Amino acid sequence: MNKIPEVNYLNADRGIKSWLFTLDHKRIGLLYLFSIMAAFLLGGVFAILIRLELLGPGKDIMEARTYNQIFTLHGAVMIFLFIIPSIPASLGNFILPQMIGAKDVAFPRLNLLSWWIYMFGAIFAVISMSAGSVDTGWTFYTPYSTTTSTSVVAMTLGIFILGFSSIFTGLNFIVTIHKMRAPGQTWFRLPLFVWGLYATAIIQVLATPVLGITVLLLILERVAGIGIFDPAMGGDPVLFQHFFWFYSHPAVYIMILPGMGIISELISTFSQKKIFGYKAIAFSSLAIAFISFLVWGHHMFVSGQSQLASAIFSFLTFLVGIPSGIKIFNWLATLYKGKIRFDTPMLYAFSFLFLFTIGGLTGMFLGTLATDVHLHDTYFVVAHFHFVMVGGTVMAFFGGLHYWWPKFWGRMYNEIWAKISIAFTFVGFNITFLSQFLLGAKGMPRRYYSYLEQFQSLHGFSSFGSWIMAVGFIIMAIYLIYAVFKGPPAGDNPWGALTFEWRTTSPPPKENFKETPTLTHGPYDYDKIIPKRTI
Amino acid sequence: MTSGNSSGHRAHLAHHFSESSQQSESARMGMWIFILTEVLLFGGLFVAYTVYRSANPEMFYNAHKHLDIHLGTLNTIVLITSSLTMALAIRSIQLNDRKKSIKLLATTFALAAVFLIVKYFEYSHKFHLGQLPGKFYTYTGIEGSNPHIFFSVYFMMTGLHGIHVIAGMIAISWVMRITIQGRLSSEYYTPMELTGLYWHLVDMIWIFLFPLLYLIG
Repeated sequence: MNKIPEVNYLNADRGIKSWLFTLDHKRIGLLYLFSIMAAFLLGGVFAILIRLELLGPGKDIMEARTYNQIFTLHGAVMIFLFIIPSIPASLGNFILPQMIGAKDVAFPRLNLLSWWIYMFGAIFAVISMSAGSVDTGWTFYTPYSTTTSTSVVAMTLGIFILGFSSIFTGLNFIVTIHKMRAPGQTWFRLPLFVWGLYATAIIQVLATPVLGITVLLLILERVAGIGIFDPAMGGDPVLFQHFFWFYSHPAVYIMILPGMGIISELISTFSQKKIFGYKAIAFSSLAIAFISFLVWGHHMFVSGQSQLASAIFSFLTFLVGIPSGIKIFNWLATLYKGKIRFDTPMLYAFSFLFLFTIGGLTGMFLGTLATDVHLHDTYFVVAHFHFVMVGGTVMAFFGGLHYWWPKFWGRMYNEIWAKISIAFTFVGFNITFLSQFLLGAKGMPRRYYSYLEQFQSLHGFSSFGSWIMAVGFIIMAIYLIYAVFKGPPAGDNPWGALTFEWRTTSPPPKENFKETPTLTHGPYDYDKIIPKRTI
Repeated sequence: MTSGNSSGHRAHLAHHFSESSQQSESARMGMWIFILTEVLLFGGLFVAYTVYRSANPEMFYNAHKHLDIHLGTLNTIVLITSSLTMALAIRSIQLNDRKKSIKLLATTFALAAVFLIVKYFEYSHKFHLGQLPGKFYTYTGIEGSNPHIFFSVYFMMTGLHGIHVIAGMIAISWVMRITIQGRLSSEYYTPMELTGLYWHLVDMIWIFLFPLLYLIG
């Protein structure tokens, strides 16, 4: 019978202050987890409201102005408050030091500061968006964002603040991975989740400052009228788009790369097979990080940039398909002849493979110059990035959450309810967003408040799917929270995995390991050793 | 990073590091990454400069003549000297000469202040003439298209740099304080080293700003 260790990081210190001012990466990871889940709930409510309004053409539940504010809030909350910090700051924070056999991240105070800044920036941004009724969309393009009377300055200031939290997490992870590895943990014996986080951290560190200067310029443009984005004063509004996407396209890979890292862990563990093409997967993460800086112009094919630039950006965009494809095929090869177990985390991994492939391939349609002119700013784009972001990142995030939940709390969730939940989520997701591919291909523009009669059935279908998805998420919230208090003890290694974090107790002691672990086998050596599952 | 309490560790070694060299290398690497982010922050402004200079080459040439090249040169010398005194301060603490190190830090701080004072005179002269960014631009003596853009770029670049000078002064005075308190020695001087790295960055950025803004043509 499994037992929960009497003293662990959850009860080593008590009281609210021991949480709010903790320097323990595990507790900071959980603080982040609670915060981003609150943001996910908030963004999810906005999503449901959007879909309700779009149930029929014309006004359903809100005015057009309110609708514009709601989709702005949905986008900004989901992107800046949920998905960018999601995997690295919560799961990464908790698991990374354990995976490399360290006691903590390199800079624990910076880690805590990062969370405080996140909370401050998040509250600041949400309040200023709601109170100031910002309706620019999450992209706050000029010239609308510099001329609208809504409180764009306050919102972008919030985003500027949030950027610091992202940079601090990235900086901390890079140094941690370089300097804090346990003896014997060489680069090519690192779990692939660590490689994913490493590639992510590089983008966070290099791209986020550019968003910083972009919003500073936008604020100065509004406050001091510097004219840099104002064509009437010799400025260039397209320059804003260049600046914005120089951050925001790499940011897409901040969102997906850690998810890909989780998928590598899940597929190897639940196939009980050595991962196929370890180095190829590791280097493809770095390749994606590198190429991510060279493709921003594919957001601007119809913004009047030069034809030559568009052609080059289109070509570079196709290059992203290569490392992404390398990953997909290596995962498939890992599955081949593996002893596959269909535990819930693995179901999320399968969902990821299915949905991310669709999301990635439709990205190729949009990267093609001629088709993009037709599909630009339609629901096709909306469906594409929701397949990548929700079908990819969110599925991977929940896969990781289920995988490490017993490590966080020492207790297991209900497997049957978990399977029911993912069935709802998966089916609901496809109903919601497959229909949006059709809508977009037929010419339904994104962000519109109303639409023609002919789109009604597909919009209705999409809204219906959003409710099914919501049911899936609500079920998940209930059984996960229940498991924290009443779940059966999970044991140290419920899945029979080989990476370091499963060698310590569940939940781990405050210092992660009773003694610094030494490496006796690689993270995926299932050909040499099959650990016993404790559940 | 500087406090630790587990037994057997030296006072400055935090609990999660196994040895001093691991801690100081981590800190240095973290600082270099931070410096990288600063370079990218300024990178946006360098791009803006390039875009608007290539769009208005004549105007940039005409407008740059209104910057005071003597004051600019003076400030360049002041900053380079301050980088030297910063480096010497680190050298002194490495040799355990705490008094000399404090003097050199004070000199660095004073030179930074001189830089800001010179900048203040330059700024107030431009305010007086109406050579201001964007919509506040009222000066009429510069030929070429959109002269206000030059001053937008000038004030953004030097302004952001000036903020970094102030941040550097805060860091230097903090390091001076902990040196006076005797918390730094040849065995542990990471905070001073990191402040030095940061100060050299501030210096480096100016070395790029000076020719781009003052020495066109």
